[in-house]
Amino acid sequence: MQLTINGTAHEVDAEPDMPLLWALRDLVGLTGTKFGCGVAACGACTVHVDGQAVRSCQTAIGDVWGEITTIEGLGTPDNLAMIQQAWVDHQVAQCGYCQSGQIMQAAALLAENPDPTDADIDDAMQGNLCRCGTYPRIRAAIRSAADMMREA
Amino acid sequence: MGRLGKYTRRAFLVTTAAVAGGVAFGVWKASEVPPNPLTSTDEATVLNPWLIIDADGVTVITPRAEMGQGVYTTLAAMVAEELDVAWEDVRVLHGPPAQAYYNGAIMEAGLPYANYALTDRQRWVGEKMGAIPKLISLQVTGGSTSTVDGFEKMRHAGATAREVLKQAAAARLGVDIGTLTTENGQVISADGTRIAYADLAADAAEIDIPEVALRDPSEWKYLGTSMPRTDMVAKATGTAEFGADVQLPGMKFATVRMNPHLGGVMNSFDATAAEAMPGVEKIVDLGTGIAVIARSTWHAMQAADAVEIDWGPAPYPETTDAIFQAIEAAFDTDANSTLRDDGTIPEPAEGEITAEYRVPYLAHATMEPMNATAVLEGIDGFWMNPSAQMRSQGRLTLWCGNQAPVMARDKVAAAIGLEPEQVTVHTTFLGGGFGRRAEFDFSVLAARIATEMPGTPIKVIWSREEDMRHDFYRPAAMARFRGRVENGRATMLDAKIAAPSVTRQSMQRIADFSPPGADKGHVEGSFDQPYAIPNYRVAGHLADVAVPIGFWRSVGNSFNGFFHESFIDEMAHAAGADPLQFRIDLARPAHTPTANLLEAVGRMSDWGNDAPGTAKGVAMTYSFGTPVAEVIEVRDEGGRIRISRAWIACDVGRALDPSIIEAQMISGLIYGLSAAVMGEITFEDGQVQQGNFPDYDALRMHNTPEVAVQVFETNAHMGGVGEPGTPPAAPALANAIFALTGQRIRELPLWNSVDFVI
Repeated sequence: MQLTINGTAHEVDAEPDMPLLWALRDLVGLTGTKFGCGVAACGACTVHVDGQAVRSCQTAIGDVWGEITTIEGLGTPDNLAMIQQAWVDHQVAQCGYCQSGQIMQAAALLAENPDPTDADIDDAMQGNLCRCGTYPRIRAAIRSAADMMREA
Repeated sequence: MGRLGKYTRRAFLVTTAAVAGGVAFGVWKASEVPPNPLTSTDEATVLNPWLIIDADGVTVITPRAEMGQGVYTTLAAMVAEELDVAWEDVRVLHGPPAQAYYNGAIMEAGLPYANYALTDRQRWVGEKMGAIPKLISLQVTGGSTSTVDGFEKMRHAGATAREVLKQAAAARLGVDIGTLTTENGQVISADGTRIAYADLAADAAEIDIPEVALRDPSEWKYLGTSMPRTDMVAKATGTAEFGADVQLPGMKFATVRMNPHLGGVMNSFDATAAEAMPGVEKIVDLGTGIAVIARSTWHAMQAADAVEIDWGPAPYPETTDAIFQAIEAAFDTDANSTLRDDGTIPEPAEGEITAEYRVPYLAHATMEPMNATAVLEGIDGFWMNPSAQMRSQGRLTLWCGNQAPVMARDKVAAAIGLEPEQVTVHTTFLGGGFGRRAEFDFSVLAARIATEMPGTPIKVIWSREEDMRHDFYRPAAMARFRGRVENGRATMLDAKIAAPSVTRQSMQRIADFSPPGADKGHVEGSFDQPYAIPNYRVAGHLADVAVPIGFWRSVGNSFNGFFHESFIDEMAHAAGADPLQFRIDLARPAHTPTANLLEAVGRMSDWGNDAPGTAKGVAMTYSFGTPVAEVIEVRDEGGRIRISRAWIACDVGRALDPSIIEAQMISGLIYGLSAAVMGEITFEDGQVQQGNFPDYDALRMHNTPEVAVQVFETNAHMGGVGEPGTPPAAPALANAIFALTGQRIRELPLWNSVDFVI
């Protein structure tokens, strides 16, 4: 099966019902996307399919309908995406394990809604759990990323 | 007598010698220095166990694990502060298991005294006890001790390195060392010649470590400042390596399914169906459960679910009710401790305030489920019943996020019949710790599974359900309080705490030794609070329940904080007093910084002025050397409770990184609020009923309050920051709900009693 991930085509040898999460992590070797719950209840596995945020633990590779973007495809340490820069500016991460999913969810929100209200942020982000409780800084980072992206 | 007992006696002998010889730079230098576990290479020079210098800059080795609390940044800043290197040139790595990385502060935290009232003599004894962790290589991240432990030795690591680099430069240039200065990783001579540290490091490593005075805090550039976290870019780009992310050539993937009746046996299993499933390589009999090795984690998890297993029963009562009956029965046993016993406690009488509280078991629920990766090398063939020769040749390498690498190494070695020196441990980032990764069960299971396929690295990841149902839980606990108030003030408080003992159970696991005597951890948060109540007694009663329990963020303070501060609130209301002023009046004679802190949180929250439909509650717990006062505002939204705002005032004595401290305080608050509102592990048929986030959830973006934090530095000594934000959260919220609704809730979680905006 062929999957396009971060602009590169990958041949994946697996059953079509294999969750995208495990295909990314165990077969392709992209471990930035995290396993948290396996039941789409924590958001740690969030990736984009054609720009839309999806829970990769509940998306079978056979059902993937477009190009996949993971955290590795959003930006790199030497070339941060604006949303990642906002995360760094606000020093959001603590343990950091949920942050790939938080950032992918926030990026999808801002792509769709460049000037989200607090209620919009609540709606978009409440599926993403953070046990370190970084929510106040996530909110601040989303606000400043929105400002940066509108000015860009 | 276990190992700890043997080493304890030795430790006191060493302590005596150390004191006679004088203590120049704190306890870490007082006696023989542990061997350096690091060795130099052609490219990189090791200057001490905490510092490597190469052409690209300096690498700080942290003795503690980065699990979100910021040690990768603050411990590195301690070294960089004295070493004079640019912050962007600092890299950080976790240290290997080694005696050199012992935690000298963690034993002091175990002294059976209230921190706020420690005398110089008691503090001195505590410092001497820092020799015990050294002798038993107690390399543990826990107890909110990392910065306290590192404060002298990490700065010394930087200062002594700077001085030997200058000595090397002085020798090379033929000038007096007093004419040299240091800046941005270079030694600078009076004529402006600059020599990079990397060029001097090899020479410097040959020079004996001098005695160096540490810089005065007034000279600090990094410490006391909010530094960019050294792990932040990696964590914002998915490039930080957690245990679950370890990738090795030829690696296979595994998962486990262990007896959900915790501590029970496995009678039999049938893996016929699982063995025929795609991608499955091997089913492993682990005695009390099974593992599946497969081509992906998903294949392993699918097959593990398909194994038919007949489980034996658990060695504890089968239901939550029956477990609570066993805990309640402990009230009728002799007290294990009476660590607070002031004045005279009268016989019960009419008109007293009485209350009974209870809290449930709690899971840690780290975002990253338990996992570890292991490979057994150096032998050919099968490991089953290995010969002595095979054992002598075996080498096991383990990768995992852990809070105790020496223990992981030793337990893994013992489990598979190797010597500790045959085991290598690599500590990755931890996707949450909160005490869960101080255990070694996940490491031992990975090592045992690795012996089934020598030469093949195997990554073992637990499902969320396996993680939640095989935790070492925060114990359920109960408390019975009596109190009297006269003329608006508390005159008597008599508390009895009943719960299973985390200290005894965990020490039994770690050292095969259950320490006798008073269990401080059982009553911390109740016996050691800075309140001047003339007749004041706190007794601890230990319950014997075999449910696995362990260290959960703030440990005993997590339940005692709720008990004690709920009851103080009940006393305030009974006295007709303002709950904040009541506490200030109690704290003022006992500990001035705490009284000032309570006043501060009152100012921050505009205490006394509530918008319509809102109310505030306050609580203060002094734990891990840091008093923390929290005010929570709740709002009535159509009969449901919204936690709308929170204010935190903490006094850390010395604030090394204000941004990280603020983050830790908010983190501790939210962790505590999550448990207070909805955290509950229950048992039925001897099994934990909760399995995943839909039935063991936590606060999320939309129901987290706005939080403001103020950090004070007036306490006499530096305290911890990772845990002390948690204990006041639950009582502050329960007290706020009482203020709003008049309903006094004495059991957690609160959502069993009131509706929240969830």
